[in-house]
Amino acid sequence: MNKTVDRPKDRIIRSQHVKLGTKNKMGQTYTDINTMFFEVEREPSFMTGSEVIRQAVKVASVGTSVAYPITPQSEAAALIGELYAEGYLEEYFRGESEFAVMGQCAGAAFGGHRVFTTTAGPGTLRAMENFPMWAGSRLPIQVCVTMRGVNSPLSIQPDTLEAHYLLETGMLMWHAETAQDLYDFILKGFIVAEQPDVHIPIATMCDGFFVTHTKDTVMLPPDDLCLPPYDPYKSPVPCMDMECPPVRMMRDPFVMKSNYISYSTHASWQQEIRAAIERSRKHTIHLLDGLIDVHNIDREIIMVASGTAVSQSREAIRLLEEEGIKVGLVKIKTIRPFPHEEIKEATKRAKHIFVPEFNLAGWLAREIKAIVPNNERVIAGPHVAGGMTMPSEVIVEEIKKYLGIEVASSDRRN
Amino acid sequence: MSQYQVKAGPEAFLPPSAASMGIVLPDPGECHIEGRIAPEEEGYEFAARKFLGAKVPTIFPGPLVLWKWNENAAKKATAIRALANALPARLIPMADYRPKYPKIDAEVEINPNHPNLTIWHNKIDVCMFVGVHCHQANLALKIIRGGTNCFTIAMCAQAGHEDACMSFRDATPEKIMKLMDAVNKAKEQGVKSQAIPFKQFIMSRTGLVS
Repeated sequence: MNKTVDRPKDRIIRSQHVKLGTKNKMGQTYTDINTMFFEVEREPSFMTGSEVIRQAVKVASVGTSVAYPITPQSEAAALIGELYAEGYLEEYFRGESEFAVMGQCAGAAFGGHRVFTTTAGPGTLRAMENFPMWAGSRLPIQVCVTMRGVNSPLSIQPDTLEAHYLLETGMLMWHAETAQDLYDFILKGFIVAEQPDVHIPIATMCDGFFVTHTKDTVMLPPDDLCLPPYDPYKSPVPCMDMECPPVRMMRDPFVMKSNYISYSTHASWQQEIRAAIERSRKHTIHLLDGLIDVHNIDREIIMVASGTAVSQSREAIRLLEEEGIKVGLVKIKTIRPFPHEEIKEATKRAKHIFVPEFNLAGWLAREIKAIVPNNERVIAGPHVAGGMTMPSEVIVEEIKKYLGIEVASSDRRN
Repeated sequence: MSQYQVKAGPEAFLPPSAASMGIVLPDPGECHIEGRIAPEEEGYEFAARKFLGAKVPTIFPGPLVLWKWNENAAKKATAIRALANALPARLIPMADYRPKYPKIDAEVEINPNHPNLTIWHNKIDVCMFVGVHCHQANLALKIIRGGTNCFTIAMCAQAGHEDACMSFRDATPEKIMKLMDAVNKAKEQGVKSQAIPFKQFIMSRTGLVS
């Protein structure tokens, strides 16, 4: 970068929205994100990931949420419906399918609403065409993806394969490890995604069931505060109105022509969406305290993971420590933008880089292999899928086997 | 630190976006000059001298300042006109974003989807975007950098443009007037406009008024 991105007192430029400091109809005070997250005292709450989603949406000044049932996000979508009934959202309804939901979200966002929805697994894939459309239209919609299996035979269990399909949609992708991450990512995600130089959709992802259906202690700011409203006049494209409907761009010739100018515009448009992802780095580094977290990266063995694979890695590291094997950890918080420089720096001393994942494709390992020098150091695995848990012992065994250390036979093998 | 510099082109068949090359936008109070972050005050002098040294300095006002959709837009438009008179610079509007190829009248309008046609036709060597929505400005700025030798300046009301050769951010009527002051100051110091004489065209609702 042409400039060092430091962390100023205000993590992000303060909102100047005219409603800041005033109350909404529910009595919540519109409050800048710097105050909500870095100045106000937080209180602990014990709740499931689904309840965390509800709690985040409650203070996010969301205008529209569109729902469609698919496990494991159905509970969160239903809880958002309760918020609507209480008066916290202006619009909430059930779409006809996930594809319809994402189109309806686009309509609400074109109209100037802050929009939130949830999806999972096959629902994500069914809705897929809409995600690059959101990005290309510069709509800062947030979709919370509670990841699950997408395969046949049907599985509703945790699996992070669907993230692989989202990688090149032009959306920001943040992967939560815990319910706390999920809460923070949802609120901070709106702020980053709506920056005028970013202004693209964001997928806040978590591992289904592991995060959505387990209870955890989450530190929450008071819920009589809420984010400033979305300001559509900061959009990098014209607001939709009767003078400027989006279809006007679509019907006009440059999408139809077969010539250099048409292709060049399309290519530049795609580049601009990816540039917007790059621009989000600066804001995200401020708000998330970096795109990665690192622990003991001076060690020869390092695990690099995202989501709940990080939690399992932490325990594996503890078990390995008991046997005198020292392992470092890199937790990836943002998949898009991908923290390539940060990972290169964090793993530069490592001789072995293990990438445990809850999917068989190993998409995270591929991403890491693509950016680190001497990428034979990257060991893709261990992998589990289809709803399997990843016991920390499995990670321990994988590392020990790779290092040529004899692994004690466990009872189940005998 | 990125070694990439956002220079006037022609850069490539499909140049990279500057953001993908590691160029970061300025923070409030800053500008960027060819990708280097600099104090905003330095930017005024740089832009003024760049404009005065041009043969065909041109300002491209976009819809956000062409239409009086609020009082601030009108003030900005007034400031832009004053800047154009002080330089002097041509005013060529980007009235909306619908592609007009192949029917564009490149002498009197510019379009974000094929801005190079207007740059080439008028032989514009320094231009400034103002009042253009950021997405459309970035498209145009990158296409101009790719295929023309025009030095681009962005007077952006939001966070700025790394795809411009230099960019201000948080533009207000006062900032545009500060750029005009820098032009006048440079002139007082003996810098002369190199602009080829021209007559500002006038448009009506029915088109060009000859």
